[in-house]
Amino acid sequence: MATHTATHKLRRVFVWELPVRFYHWLNALVIVALCATGYLIGNPPAFLSNAEASDQYLFGWIRFIHFVAAYLFFFNFLFRLYWGFVGNKYADWKNFIPTNRKFWQEMWEVIKIDIFLQKDKEHLSVGHNALAGFIYFLTFLAFLVQCITGFGLYASMSDWWFADMFVWVSGIFGGEFGLRNWHHAAMWFFIIFAMVHVYLVFYHDYVEGRGEISSMGGGWKFIEDEAFEKEKQRQNVEKTTHPRHRQLPYGGRRCWCAFCAAP
Amino acid sequence: MTTTPTRRPTYYEEIRQKGYSRRDFMKFCSIIGAYMGLEATGVAQVANALQKNTRVPVIWLHFQECTCCSESFIRSSHPIVADILLDKISLDYTETLMAASGHQAEAAKAKTMKDYHGEYILCVEGSVPTKDDGVYCCIGGKSAIQVLEEAAEGAKAIIAWGSCACNGCVQAAHPNPTTATPIHKLVSGKPIIKVPGCPPIGEVMAGVIIHMITFGRLPELDRVGRPKAFYSKRVHDTCYRRPFYDAGLFVETFDDENAQKGYCLYKVGCKGPMTYNACGVTKWNNGTSYPIQSGHGCFGCSEENFWDNGPIYRQMANFPGFGIESNADEIGMVAAGATAVGIAAHAIATNFRKNKLISNVIAEGKDAEKEL
Repeated sequence: MATHTATHKLRRVFVWELPVRFYHWLNALVIVALCATGYLIGNPPAFLSNAEASDQYLFGWIRFIHFVAAYLFFFNFLFRLYWGFVGNKYADWKNFIPTNRKFWQEMWEVIKIDIFLQKDKEHLSVGHNALAGFIYFLTFLAFLVQCITGFGLYASMSDWWFADMFVWVSGIFGGEFGLRNWHHAAMWFFIIFAMVHVYLVFYHDYVEGRGEISSMGGGWKFIEDEAFEKEKQRQNVEKTTHPRHRQLPYGGRRCWCAFCAAP
Repeated sequence: MTTTPTRRPTYYEEIRQKGYSRRDFMKFCSIIGAYMGLEATGVAQVANALQKNTRVPVIWLHFQECTCCSESFIRSSHPIVADILLDKISLDYTETLMAASGHQAEAAKAKTMKDYHGEYILCVEGSVPTKDDGVYCCIGGKSAIQVLEEAAEGAKAIIAWGSCACNGCVQAAHPNPTTATPIHKLVSGKPIIKVPGCPPIGEVMAGVIIHMITFGRLPELDRVGRPKAFYSKRVHDTCYRRPFYDAGLFVETFDDENAQKGYCLYKVGCKGPMTYNACGVTKWNNGTSYPIQSGHGCFGCSEENFWDNGPIYRQMANFPGFGIESNADEIGMVAAGATAVGIAAHAIATNFRKNKLISNVIAEGKDAEKEL
């Protein structure tokens, strides 16, 4: 019979709000669509048929899906940036940008524990851990690069002022040859990111058993009672020790200083 | 030696002297007006300008180039282009066509530069080597840089003919042994029109010059300095094979059935989707054909750095910094493969290193299952 050291009481924590989950799954969907159609645009397979060209629009549809998904991706991305300023503490922009030493320290701890697999140690983070947050920040930069290069390529096909704002891009890349190449290469960042991301979700769920996978469905994570109390204490210490918090009307949640940026 | 300044003949007078009829002249005006994208009334403006205006003095310099631009120019669809625009405008100075040579030629150039200071158009064909003080291209005892700087000083405007002058073309391709440099990087403070292509289309070249004669100013240029009338659309946008592209019908190899059917050449490396030029509309050799029409993909000769964005017969370019023949997909697949291996290794290691944690979680869960 299996034996375990302790039976845990789990506390339910609401981590991912509905808009965050909606953003996540829409983002996942459009990134899959963009990578698939983008790869086909770069390397079209031989979809031959006997029909006349006038009766087919297959490649046109593939490109159409790519462009629609690109617009969804871009505006979804903008929405997420906005939500980083109005969402809950786990959605806040401070989770993503290292603004203080504590952030870097936590990153190093996560690298030791989860990447180099320090024996039988685990790291508790209710929302994003510092390393994950920072890597999401890098993906946001990649989103930006991909949007700029993509709309740069699209600009000459579009009459809309929004896409036309990006006509300057191809100049930086020495014409559309280079622009296209970089846009295509950046796709691989998304593919590799997705592989690692999905793996790590499974990893955390497997090792920690806190409902990492399902959290992006219902928004809940489940942490042990003692871990919950420890986390609460830690956050309280931070809140009360910072002098500015007493002056802020809403408990310092909107404070942008480096001290408060600690996750 | 002094020459008394006589009234220079107008373009029309020179055209008539050459034996062209008024009818030929009007046909020429219509053709060139159409190429320039003018509406019907614009043709009258062209005719008017050519009848009234006297010849604009032109100095046409040749540096590191193959003269294909001049060759293209003299093959434009109407003989008046070659007879008048080239013969007459380049009378002042052009190494490849002028009758004079040696000191006489240099003297003629110096005279034009002095007499028409601030009025002449400077046409430049070819790139300028800048390495080792520019010794790789010397004319009349001067380096190309010196010749260019002298001539540019008094020019009203500069036309950079062809990809060499616009972006360096083959001389500037890696490793660029002479540090071949395009004109716009060497001359500042003068309006520069870029007419890229290897060579540019003759009608496009004629159109640019006629525009300047007719309207007395530069044609409207795009953000990189090319005339919008000819370079605002991609070859892809005006390609007659575009329906095959949209249908997803592609030539797989040059000798397959699809090639015979005239399908899209995208998969055999056509760079039409990235290349801005008028080939699909104006075509070449009196509108006879253009590369795609003769079954070969566009290789983007009017785009910057097209030599180094090879290979010509593949769609994806080689990726900088990863050696020969490795495109973004090949590098990406290797990186993704390495990532998959890393993930697998990490997953296996996790089971050993975190054994205690994992077995606790599993045991807790299983015990609960049994209890229920």
